[in-house]
This record gives sequence, C-alpha cells and structure tokens, in this order.
Amino acid sequence: MTKYRVNKTKHVDQTKTVSFDFDGKSYHGFEGDTLASALLSNGVHLVGRSFKYHRPRGIMSCGSEEPNAICQINEDTNLTEPNVRATEIELYEGLKASSQNCWPSVNFDIGGINNFISPFIPAGFYYKTFMWPKSFWKKIYEPLIRWSAGLGKSPTKPDPELYDHKHVHCDVLIIGGGISGIIASKIAAKKNLKTILIEDKNILGGSTIFQKNENYKINDKYSGEWIDEEIAELKKLDNLTIKTRTSLAAYHSYNYLLAKENISDHLPLDKRNGGIRQRLWKIRADKVIVATGAIERPLVFNNNDRPGIMLSNSVKKYLDFYGVSCGFNNVIFTNNDSAYETAVSLKEKGISVEIIDIRTKSNSKIVKNAEQLGVKIYWNSTVVNTFGLRKINSVEIMNLSEDGSNIVGDKNRINCDCLAISGGWTPMVHMHTQSGGKLDFREIDQTFIPNEIDKNHINVGSCNGDFELEEIINNTNKKVKNFLKVSETEFDNISVLNSKELDKRNIWLLPNFISESKCKSFIDFQNDSTAKDIKLALREGFKSIEHVKRYTTTGMATDQGKLSNMHALGIIADTAGVKMGTLGTTTFRPPFTPLTFGAIVGRSVDNFFDIIRKTSIHEWHIQNKAKFENVGQWKRPWYYPINDEGLHDAVQRESKAARDSVGILDASTLGKIDIQGTDASEFLNRVYTNAWSKLGIGKCRYGLMLNEDGMVYDDGVTTRLGENHYLMTTTTGGAANVLSKLEDYLQTEWPELDVYLTSVTDHYSTASICGPNSRKILKKIFPDKDFSDDAFPHMSYQNCKIDEINCRIMRISFTGELSYEINIESKYGKSLWEKCIEAGKEFKITPYGTETMHLLRAEKGFIIVGQDTDGTMTPIDLQMDWIVSKKKYDFIGKRSLYRSDTIRDDRKQLVGLITDDPNEILEEGAQIVSDMSKKPIEMIGHVTSSYFSPNLNKSIALAVVKSGKKMNGQKLIVPMENKNINVTVSDSVFLDKENKRINA
Amino acid sequence: MFLINCPYCGERDQSEFSCGGEAHIVRPKQPTELSDDQWAEYLFMRKNIKGVQFERWNHAHGCRKWFNMVRDTSNDKIHAVYKMGEKPPVE
Ligand SMILES: [Zn+2]
Repeated sequence: MTKYRVNKTKHVDQTKTVSFDFDGKSYHGFEGDTLASALLSNGVHLVGRSFKYHRPRGIMSCGSEEPNAICQINEDTNLTEPNVRATEIELYEGLKASSQNCWPSVNFDIGGINNFISPFIPAGFYYKTFMWPKSFWKKIYEPLIRWSAGLGKSPTKPDPELYDHKHVHCDVLIIGGGISGIIASKIAAKKNLKTILIEDKNILGGSTIFQKNENYKINDKYSGEWIDEEIAELKKLDNLTIKTRTSLAAYHSYNYLLAKENISDHLPLDKRNGGIRQRLWKIRADKVIVATGAIERPLVFNNNDRPGIMLSNSVKKYLDFYGVSCGFNNVIFTNNDSAYETAVSLKEKGISVEIIDIRTKSNSKIVKNAEQLGVKIYWNSTVVNTFGLRKINSVEIMNLSEDGSNIVGDKNRINCDCLAISGGWTPMVHMHTQSGGKLDFREIDQTFIPNEIDKNHINVGSCNGDFELEEIINNTNKKVKNFLKVSETEFDNISVLNSKELDKRNIWLLPNFISESKCKSFIDFQNDSTAKDIKLALREGFKSIEHVKRYTTTGMATDQGKLSNMHALGIIADTAGVKMGTLGTTTFRPPFTPLTFGAIVGRSVDNFFDIIRKTSIHEWHIQNKAKFENVGQWKRPWYYPINDEGLHDAVQRESKAARDSVGILDASTLGKIDIQGTDASEFLNRVYTNAWSKLGIGKCRYGLMLNEDGMVYDDGVTTRLGENHYLMTTTTGGAANVLSKLEDYLQTEWPELDVYLTSVTDHYSTASICGPNSRKILKKIFPDKDFSDDAFPHMSYQNCKIDEINCRIMRISFTGELSYEINIESKYGKSLWEKCIEAGKEFKITPYGTETMHLLRAEKGFIIVGQDTDGTMTPIDLQMDWIVSKKKYDFIGKRSLYRSDTIRDDRKQLVGLITDDPNEILEEGAQIVSDMSKKPIEMIGHVTSSYFSPNLNKSIALAVVKSGKKMNGQKLIVPMENKNINVTVSDSVFLDKENKRINA
Repeated sequence: MFLINCPYCGERDQSEFSCGGEAHIVRPKQPTELSDDQWAEYLFMRKNIKGVQFERWNHAHGCRKWFNMVRDTSNDKIHAVYKMGEKPPVE
C-alpha cells in the first residue's frame, strides 16, 4: 500500500492490484480505482499543462467537471482516445495514459514560456492577433499557437470496435442514481410504471454512499448505510431497469433522450473480446425525473490553479470512497458549511487540516463538530497567494474588510500540501435547460434553479437547488408523489438528522493586495481564462454573456464551463453593477459530456453507412469487370474496361461501338412512376411544360418539369400506356423528389384531380439497346414482331412477350441512335440482359456505362439535369423554347418564365464550345472569360460537360455563358492554371443535326 | 425530436416526417394574370414566425400524406394537426 492510501473502503478492493502506465512510468492501483484516484494514491498530482500558458495543473475534481486531468489513453494504437478525464475512467490492468498538451514532458515544458509572456496573451488574443503585422504572425504567433493548440491526438487508424444503438420506451426515466434518483426510482417502480434509472458511475448512491458522519443520519442510520439498504431493495424491483456506466448525452424535446452506455471501456484490452464497446440508447420517456446533482464551485483568487488545489468534496470522496488522502497537511478554503464535512472526515482519520473561512461565523452543527475535533479555523479570511512550482506548498492569507471588497491586516503564511476549496454548489441544470426549460435565480446562495413549466419532467435533489439532506429527501418524495400521482410512500415519515445551513458568503472574485492586472485568478482552468480577461472584455465593450464567453473562450473547452460559467457571470454582474439574475445564462447544448464518433454512428459504417441499391443485372456487371459509379444510392456501371484499359480508352471504344454497331446500357435505375386516373392527361399538362392531351395511346413523349420558380427540375420520357394510364420516367437521382413533388401538388393544390401515383422504379429492369444494329437484335429476340418504322415508329411503345413473359419495348433514344428500351419485371432482368448479349454477339454488342452514355448524349447536345443545369436554368436558357407550350394556360413554373429576371437576355445560356486545338479537352467546371485585359477579369460562364468525341474525332463541350445565344462563332478563353485555352462558341448539337440516325 | 400525431397514422417519431414550410398559401388559380410583384409574393414571401405558426408537414416515411400543423416555433409545442382542406383551428 502506498503512503497516500490511508483508508480501507468497500469500494476499492485492496487485495486486487492493477498496474498501469502514466506518462511512461509504471504505477499500481487497485480494482475500483479511477485513473485519478490511483494517481493520487501514488502522490501524483501534476497531470498536465494548461492550454494557453502551459502552467502546471493537477487533478482538481472527481467527476465529469474535471478541467485539468485530461488524458490521451492507449496512444499509438488504433484504440487511442484523446480528452479522457482521468477522474471518470476506471482503472484496468495495462491501461496506458499520458498527459496532453505538454511537450516534451509535464515536468519540463517548453510551452511554459507562454506563462512569462502572458501579458501579451490577453482576452481575444486569437482574434486580435490576426490584425497585427503579417511578419509578427508568421514568425512569432503561428508557431506559438501551434505549440499550444490542440488537446490530444485523434486516432489515425480505423476504429476496430463495435458500437450499437438501441431504442427504448418507458413510463419514467430517472437520470442520476444518487439519493434523490434512488427515492424517485423506488416510488416509480413500486407504482408499477416501466422505469429506467441511468447512472454514469459504475455504482449507485452518488455522494451519499460514502457518508459516515454522526451529523447526517436517516432513520438513525448513517446516511451511507441507509442508502446501501435502499439500493439492495431497489435491485429487487421487477419493472425497474438500472443502467450504470450510462451517461445522459442529450435531452431533446418531447422527452426524447440520448444516453451513452460504456460496455467495455473499463475492461483490459485483452478482455474486450471484440464485443460492443459503447451503446447509444435512444429513449422516449413518458415522464422524466432529472436527479443529476450539483457540482462544487471553486473559488477565484490569485494563483488558484496549482497542482494540489482541489475541490473540497472531491478531497472527501478520494478519502472516504477510494481511501486516498490527497495530502497530509491539508488546508480547506471555503465560503460555506459543506467543506467542514471534509475537515471532519480528515480529522477523524488523524490527518492534519486547517480551515480558512471567508465568513465571520457559522452556527451549524457540522462546524461545531469540526471545532470540537480541534480543527483550527481562520474566520473572515481569504487566500491572497499560493506557492509551489509542481505542487502547492503554502498559502498566504489575509483578513477581509467588513464588506468583503478588500483585504486588511497582515499576511499570514500557512504550509500545506493540499488546498481543498469550496465556493458552494451549482445545481446541474444542463438537462433541464437542454429540454427547453427556463431558470430562476436564487439570491440567497447565488444559484440558478429550474423553473418548471413542462408537465412531463421534474428536477429533484440538488440539481433542483435542494442541498440539505432533509430537504432532498422530503422534497424529492413530495415532488415525485405529485408527478406520478402516488398518494403515500415509505418516505413519508422518515427521520433525518441535518447539520448544515444554506448560509454562505459569496464573493465571486476574492480581493487581493496585488493589483488586479498582475493576479492570475483563473476562472476557466481548461481554457486558461482569468478574471482579468473577463474584465478586459467588458472594458472593450462586450456586454452579452454569449459574447464575453466567445471573446475570452471562457466555458468553451471540453468541460463546457461546468466549473467556470457561474464565476464568469458573477464577475460580469459585479463589474457591470447589475444583478446577476438579470444577465441570463449561456445556453447549455448537448452533449453534456463528449460522445465518441463511434457511439454517434453506431452500426452505420462501411456497407451500412448508406443504402446501396443494385439493379437485377448487377451480378453480370461485376462478372464483366465493370467499374461502378454512385448515382444517388444506386451503383451504376461507369465503364467496362477490357484488360488494362483506363476510363478514357474504354469510353472511346464503347462510344464508337454504340454508333458503329450496337451498344447496351443498364437503364434500370431511371425513376419510373406509374400514373393512373381519369385526370392523368390533365395532370401531366400541369406538371410538364409541353402539352399531353393529344398524345396517342402507345406513344412516348419527352417532358421537361420545372419548379414553380421556372427553373428546370427534372426531365424524362413518359409513355401513354392506355386512355388513363401513363408511365413516367425521371432522372435516376431525381426519382424520389419528383414523386414527392407530384404528390404534394396532387394532395394540396389539386385534390380535385383523379390521379394515382405509384413508384415502380424497382419493379422493372431496363435494357437499352442502341446503334444501327439494334433493330436486328430486337428481331432476333422477338421474331414475330414487326420493327419497321411504319409498324414501330420512333417515340412509340409496344407490349411484347419473351417466352411467356410480358415486356414493354419503348423506341426512344437518349443517344441520337436508333434505340430500343426493353422493360421487364425485375426478376427477369438479368436473363433478358443475357439474352440480348447472346443475340448481339454477331454484331459485337458492347455493354457501355454511364460515362459513354454521357458522351453520346453530349454529341447530340442533350442536357443532363443536374450536370448542365444547376437550379438556375430555365428552358429558355437551355435553348429549349420548343418544349414550352405557348398555348397552355398554366403549368408549374409558367408564370416565372416571364418575370423581369427570367426574361433578361444576358442570363447564362447553354451553348456548345469547340476548342481551337481539337485534342484539348476542357475541364468540367472551368470558368470562361471573353476579355483578359480588363481587370478584374469577368467570368461569363463555365463548362458543364466536356468530352473527346471519338465519332467526331475532336473535343466537344457544353457550357453556360452569359448571352451565349448571340455568341455563335465568337472566340472565348478558358483560363487554366498554366495556360489559356482558346475556344469558339458553337451550336450545342455536334452530331447529326438532321436526326437521320434515329431512323437509320 | 418531436412526436407528431399524423392525422392518418397516429403518433410517430419526427424522423418519419418532413416539413414543407408555411401552410395556407394557395397557389393562384390564374398565375398569368398576376403582376411580377403579386407572383413574387406567392413564390418567395414566407413569414417565418417566432411563435405560433401554421405549417405543412408530410409523413414522408409513412403514409406519404400531407397535412397541416399548428406549432409554436419558440418551444416546439404542437397545438394541433389537421388534414389538408380542413379549416385551421381558431386560435
Ligand atoms: Zn401518416
């Protein structure tokens, strides 16, 4: 046993030694320790350097509010994790932890130089620095910030562990397993409500569990013993689920909460067995009882950040729960009664302790108890300075003036190796405010307490501002009874012995004889902001707490200001001379404590990251070595390389084959919407720009759909299958949006129309066969069918059969070639495809992917919505005036086509571009200019599609250019990084302007 | 994360729904007869109130039905849901 392990407790098993590494040195602790308690038991206080000044910092607390003891664990493995609080992580065999932010070591830290130049790092330093001369920035400040910045390292390898999500519903959720949470759980579960209790520690009982003091008794038992019995009974209740090691991350509206359960974080690495590491619980609770407790406040005085300065209640917990004394020569510095519990506990174990109290007296029993035990108390005194480089060795104290605003008398030096501070308590109202709850300010002890209006949640215990044992038990009982409509409980007639008083003397910034500008009175320990910074921000004109917070970075570190927010507010109120309650508080946002990315994403990684949609022909594509492209959620063949062909060569070959002989494309992914109803034609009239009423049954028509603002939204071919029956196709990526847009109009604007929409995208597979030999293949597959132009003209469809299977053949073309699309029920898609390949062998049928499809349509000047359009293009901009009906009274977007903005003739318009050098391929997205001499050079457009056309043997491009319509033949420039490319504006149809090939 | 009472399906999680903006903006029956200003008023102008607002919602991952909702945007309280075409509840 190390010399600091002075006490045996039932929470730490001192027969089970656990070895661990901290900063490369080996230590021993015991099962039940946290990393922090194990370090303290070895006398290690110094665990890191502060963020800005690199001052030595020690363990300060025992919970999630810890600002200093932030570690990197298991460094150099793919399990490494930064920003782990040593006070929260349970010790396990082989744990390797290291301090963050202290190169080369905690004991010798070069960044400590910041401390000496600190007068130059005032509030808003990071903002102000940017305004300084450039030379200062590069040589001095950037390296300096780079040194200082960054808390920890993120892992560089993929996370090998499993994470899980689970949804759960319950009648009552209780957050926090301290005394009030336990009382609430018992009442709820006994009322037969489905109850869940979550607690972030590994055991229940909160701070009551280690209470063994004559002054605090429940039903004549020590409160610690009483709660043990309660917990034992609680565990027997059937309809109560207790989740320990589970911390609430977020409390959203309508009682939707997220909690993270640590499942294997406390186990040695070799015992984790690849199971789930953390689980994110998604809880929907009918009622929520918040019992998250309170955090002890530090005090703000000069040099209040040395290692060995700790929160008073934490010192008590290390002693009574972990059996570790943080020092042998303790001084307690307090403004309230609660710190006397620590003093009594230390003294009872024979450990030296003295008390410095800001107040002039206190009459409570616990104070009397301390006095009787012989604890020396310095009343009406304050600490004005502390000493000790790597650990505190003494404090200097002075008396306070009557009003507390100044110091009087002489300095008095007291030696110590631990200074336990207590500035009173701050209710943890984070959960209450996250849920949308408001706060009230309580003047007597300067706290914000929940103002409950929401009928579906309550706050109980010290998070509700009840700090006295009697108050906690009785108020919790009363509130929970009311909330859950219970008439009587076992807690109704309980006898509680109480010893504290709420009274305290609150001084946010303790006075000093040293001038304020020379004091290092820290408020935010993790971000190194001092009282001076806050005052400077106020002098510079910042008034809102939200602004002061950002300007000084107070409360913006990983602890989210759990220890600092109240002091920042208090000092602002004092300095500005306003009442603290009028300032409001900063907004508490989720997560309460940092969440791992693993817990957030759960199983949604790799193949489960997003839905992957595959066509029924997918396997064939894989067997034939297709490279795939993601289009929305679809996997589409991009190109089919032969041997070691690259993209360019494959696409040139495929494109040539499709025009010279025959190509085949899997077009199954195009959106397909089945439209039926007596008003189907009228409906299409309203949603497309062109007219539909006269389209004959069995005919196909290309349609363009606009948004109400007149901009092109989607396009596709729609086929009239029957009098009141159409099949609409949409772009692959737009299918879902088009359907919901059409549903929207049908349901909300035109409910009188008799029209029904059904998505049938997945119902059919589509093989698109294109090229001069396509008709011959169709004839082989459907020998009985007449494919002559007269019998089966372009833009028409026919029902056919392969064996006994129905299919629809549309003669439509997106390439300008003679082309057929065969649609068949999806389950037959692959056999249809294979049949086509087989039949096409003698014509060297060539499968082609999306890239070739894009090239072929570009040769014909056909647009792709989303590539050549970007939501700012009207059909007129696209030179597609021919498709906009002049006769129709109305269609979606019609009125917008002659707004003052859309009729401008200097809008960007679609044109073709031909490079002067036919082998120069433009980059898609490249900017276009006309005049390089006038600065700044005006960009008049950009390239939207660009390819080398093997059929024209030259480079072609589509582009949108301001006033492009009038520019045919004009020379323009596409400036690139290394050269300017000369181009000529052309018609956007490059190949077969007369449309001869379609009927070839 | 709200619980939304779809008028067709009942109470469902918010993740099943999408919001379609302000409700009760009727598409003009004769758009061609409107001035640019009048059309722009219909097309672009939305109130975006802090407080009680009438909104369109769609049970997108459910019955796909559109309906209306009265919601207080300052605290996300949903005061009413009602079907398209029904009169909004009087405040
Ligand atoms: Zn529904």
